[in-house]
Amino acid sequence: MKIKKLLLGDEAFALGAINAGLSGAYAYPGTPSTEIMEFVQSDPIAKERGVHSHWSSNEKTAMEEALGMSFCGKRTFTSMKHVGLNVAADPFVNSGMTGANGGLIVVAADDPSMHSSQNEQDSRFYADFAMLPALEPSNQQEAYEMARYGFELSEKFSIPVLLRFVTRLSHSRAVVECESEASEENTLSYPKNPKQWVLMPAMSKIRNRQLIKDQEGFVADSENSPFNKYIEGAEHRLGVIASGIAYNYLLETFNGNVPFPTVKVSQYPLPKKLIKRLYDSCDSILVLEEGQPFIELKLRGLLDEGKRIYGKLSGEVVRDGELSPDAVRATFLEIDPKLSGLQALPETKVSEAVVSRPPALCQGCGHRDVYGALNEVLEGYENAKVFGDIGCYTLGFLKPFNAIDTCVDMGASITMAKGAADAGQHPAVAIIGDSTFTHSGMTGLLDAINENSNITVIISDNLTTGMTGGQDSQGTGKIEDICLGLGASADHVRTIDSLPKNHADMVKLFKEEIDYNGLSVIVSRRECIQTARRKVK
Amino acid sequence: MKSDIVLAGVGGQGILTVATILGAAALKQNLYLKQAEVHGMSQRGGDVQSNLRLSSEPIHSDLIPAQGADLIVSLEPMEALRYISSLKPDGWIITNTNPFVNIDNYPEMEKVMLELGTVKNVVAFDMDALAKEIHSPRSSNMILLGAASVFIDIDEKDIEAGISAFFGRKGEKIVESNINAFRIGREKAKSFC
Repeated sequence: MKIKKLLLGDEAFALGAINAGLSGAYAYPGTPSTEIMEFVQSDPIAKERGVHSHWSSNEKTAMEEALGMSFCGKRTFTSMKHVGLNVAADPFVNSGMTGANGGLIVVAADDPSMHSSQNEQDSRFYADFAMLPALEPSNQQEAYEMARYGFELSEKFSIPVLLRFVTRLSHSRAVVECESEASEENTLSYPKNPKQWVLMPAMSKIRNRQLIKDQEGFVADSENSPFNKYIEGAEHRLGVIASGIAYNYLLETFNGNVPFPTVKVSQYPLPKKLIKRLYDSCDSILVLEEGQPFIELKLRGLLDEGKRIYGKLSGEVVRDGELSPDAVRATFLEIDPKLSGLQALPETKVSEAVVSRPPALCQGCGHRDVYGALNEVLEGYENAKVFGDIGCYTLGFLKPFNAIDTCVDMGASITMAKGAADAGQHPAVAIIGDSTFTHSGMTGLLDAINENSNITVIISDNLTTGMTGGQDSQGTGKIEDICLGLGASADHVRTIDSLPKNHADMVKLFKEEIDYNGLSVIVSRRECIQTARRKVK
Repeated sequence: MKSDIVLAGVGGQGILTVATILGAAALKQNLYLKQAEVHGMSQRGGDVQSNLRLSSEPIHSDLIPAQGADLIVSLEPMEALRYISSLKPDGWIITNTNPFVNIDNYPEMEKVMLELGTVKNVVAFDMDALAKEIHSPRSSNMILLGAASVFIDIDEKDIEAGISAFFGRKGEKIVESNINAFRIGREKAKSFC
């Protein structure tokens, strides 16, 4: 039986996976991917079945855990934001070499326009690099259906499948038609070729040849995919290739009746036959894709000596930021105002009474007290540098604190402070949250401990993963023990509550440890005001 | 039926609640719906918006095209102006007039109200004050929902059912005060038409 549900793109995929017999989900929170795992955690069937849904320490551990479950024949996925795939890149790329046993989907949620991220990297390049098939849903219904389809594809070719989301689909709700019952889970079974899972050179050489050979099958599957299609159009002066969510914007622009022949792409490797047919029957080609010019690059090749191709590289499509119906309309007008029959919209004025309203740390947030005390202490030094990290406390860069000098990637605060101290920098302060610390800070701290680097690491512990909405943090209750276990000196692992009434004590403590010539860790602790409020309700 | 709505406000004000309730009501009426939200960093006191599209025909884009919105529904007056280029020439702005000032360079209120005055169709009143008046100070967003509902072709009973479902677990009293706020907002908006 079919039922209708109102679901975010993220949730649609998660429900699709549960209904397709999911046995385990593995993830670290990251916008815009977080709601995928949260849905599994709250789903009654997943709960009843005991589907794994505990948060992992980071994306690499999540990816490896999922690979282990796939090894045992069960259906599983791992989900992460696009930059999370950088963290998981080692197991991800090598999972192409091992292949999959039970269906394995790796979900990467890209964030073009950088609503909540540090770059616009496009995960399709990763699938290409690892020689894996990829899926790119264009709407919530496809996100739902691609879970089952992806598991089947993964099991058919014994290969992990990448599924690429983008923010607008992850965080947009629509009515989704879904099955009312979940399929049975796979039973435990082992890979047909166990040698393939031991990536020693002798085995890898054999496997690499097989993976290269399998590419043909991936392309053929893509050409026959229900998610890729050729749609005829009367005007052959231009043909359009539109992938994922860009296809919706194309339909919106022409109210559902696109005058040009179109190839919709939602499965990779690229469906060569469909694209060749379009290329042969049209005078020129326009590529509409969300993110970086992946399809366009493939189509042009190095020499780009064929027919005229319009896209992001040639400038007719906006190169940075998200696509939108407006951007697609502007593209058609740019190519040729008469060709598409579209009208330019009248100019609108931007309101002069509107100023930007940047996000800020909440009132009652402990990070505020940490920055208040830290700024006061550092006024007493010339050229103090504070190495920041990824989380709510990154907002300490903005007014009124203007407290951090860097923010690069998860865990980089400690390691960059160490490198700076190695260069002679003092004071070199690292500020990192508890969840980011257990994600990628611990190994860097070990480096600093081993050399007794002259840095001060402040772990601003709010007992949660705050920025993504308050998910369990893997180090809660263990932060000091972790630091001591790694070998930090007990005299210089110090704890304080980040409360306004402790301001003077915080200032004193920070100053003492900054002046100490060696490694110190300050755990400054106060429960996140958002999660604390939720508990009161 | 087709209604393209930009919902606007400041992170934490409760604009996504308005979107969720309208979404549930639309689902009940078997309408097509797309609702794009912003999660993550900007929810911490920054500007937030949601594109809500309701239609009896299938909807393609999750985003509303420029000058395509029938309504701008805002819990904050400057935030309503932020999306003015989305509004159709004959579209309506429904907004709270009480400013949410969490930045030092918030413009003069006179300037904001003057600009709102240049829009053809506006329903603007102090929803926070009205919420206090009816002794449910946290229900400004339901007053806004009520005011907006006048311009959306969805049965008000279904919206009220959506409110009941959303606040249900908080108890009967909370449900009642929110439905009351909704009705008062609805009546107030009618006086602008």
